[in-house]
Amino acid sequence: MLQKRVIVCLDVRDGKTTKGIKFKGNVDIGDPVEMARTYYEQGVDELVFYDITASAERRKIMIDVVARVAEQIFIPFAVGGGISNAEQMREVLLAGAEKVSVNSQAVRNPDIISEGASLYGRQFVVLGMDVLRDADMPSGYRVVINGGRTPTELDALEWALRGERLGAGEIVLNSIDADGTREGYELTVTRMISEAVNIPVVASGGAGRPEHLADVFEEGRADAALIASMVHYGDYTVEGIKRYLDERRIPVRLDPLPGRTN
Amino acid sequence: MRVGVVDYEAGNLKSVETALRAINAEFVVSDRPEPLLATDRLVFPGVGDAKAAMDVLERSGLADAVRSFFETGKLILGICVGSQIVLDASEENDATCLGLVPGTARRFPGDMGLKVPHMGWNQVDNTEGHALFDGIAPGTSFYFVHSYYPDPDHAEHRLATTDYGITFAAGVRRENLMAVQFHPEKSGEAGLRLLGNFLAMSE
Repeated sequence: MLQKRVIVCLDVRDGKTTKGIKFKGNVDIGDPVEMARTYYEQGVDELVFYDITASAERRKIMIDVVARVAEQIFIPFAVGGGISNAEQMREVLLAGAEKVSVNSQAVRNPDIISEGASLYGRQFVVLGMDVLRDADMPSGYRVVINGGRTPTELDALEWALRGERLGAGEIVLNSIDADGTREGYELTVTRMISEAVNIPVVASGGAGRPEHLADVFEEGRADAALIASMVHYGDYTVEGIKRYLDERRIPVRLDPLPGRTN
Repeated sequence: MRVGVVDYEAGNLKSVETALRAINAEFVVSDRPEPLLATDRLVFPGVGDAKAAMDVLERSGLADAVRSFFETGKLILGICVGSQIVLDASEENDATCLGLVPGTARRFPGDMGLKVPHMGWNQVDNTEGHALFDGIAPGTSFYFVHSYYPDPDHAEHRLATTDYGITFAAGVRRENLMAVQFHPEKSGEAGLRLLGNFLAMSE
């Protein structure tokens, strides 16, 4: 049976994992390569590295992180943040990432989705979407960009369907309303979009307790769930979360790690 | 023991290379027949579309190299699209494939109510007794990303099975050839174990 995936997201700034704390700005919380390795050993199914580096050196630093991660962990991982053309996609791919995530850049230039899909396959291109509840939109949700600061004229459901048509292989759906609340994923929009598209939908934003993942898999019909602070601060482990999901009879990968033969 | 990795897709074999390095394999990556034919074992990866892959393989002489390697009796491991193009044909753009295992790569039916591509970790069953899965419990999950699946004509050419709406061959085998639809290089320690098993197997 196809397993529901638990994905850990790491925000990377200047080569360090960071976390935005309200009113305090970003605080470094560790080395992304070491953290990736820890989550790998706990049985995480996939990782996402989101580059929030502001400096001009950003790409070089991030590519170095990606290459070091690829040497140590043998599961799929995606890289996002500021990727706006095919050359940048190629750099990420050659550094060893399985997927690239485009968000604001895809809103500004939707062709980046089809270009990436035709060059590297649709499994390579993940469409990241930030959405905000908005009664004026047909689906009830509006696409926002620049980390939620800038509203667009795009309806969330229409944009998801268009992204799929353009060649996205997966959607990471982040609810700005739920993000940072730790009170649970936004189930309504997750379910709406997951049922409308024929590509996997990864729910993001709002996870605070293992029950929230169970809810988004069951009620939200998500194919995967993104978590971050739940595990970054040591409140939960990936393994603990997956054991909980297993008890709830949600199919997750809990295989023991077999030894390597050399 | 030297492993040859067939490179026919403009060089993105990074994850296969890092996985082989992690298990201390001695390997050579090449897009030319001669260096590959000189190795002891062949890894035959594949990403992308079967038709495009076959075009490159035929044009470069690598298709004949893989066929010749198969004739020598040395072990071959196909990965992902590699498990489809060892068959006679693929429904993907009506590709004619290598013809090493009788069968066809077919598209998942659109009416299963399931998402296509089949993407993520899924359990691989019916692996008992095959050396490739030594030390790996039946039902262990591996990472898949594909819209087409191998459908060998003969049951004895199935290496393992996976359920996704239908039960399909997660791998195929014939004589010295094995091929898996999933990505062992992206399937964690189980995947590394499988690659290690491939190197440790006797012919």
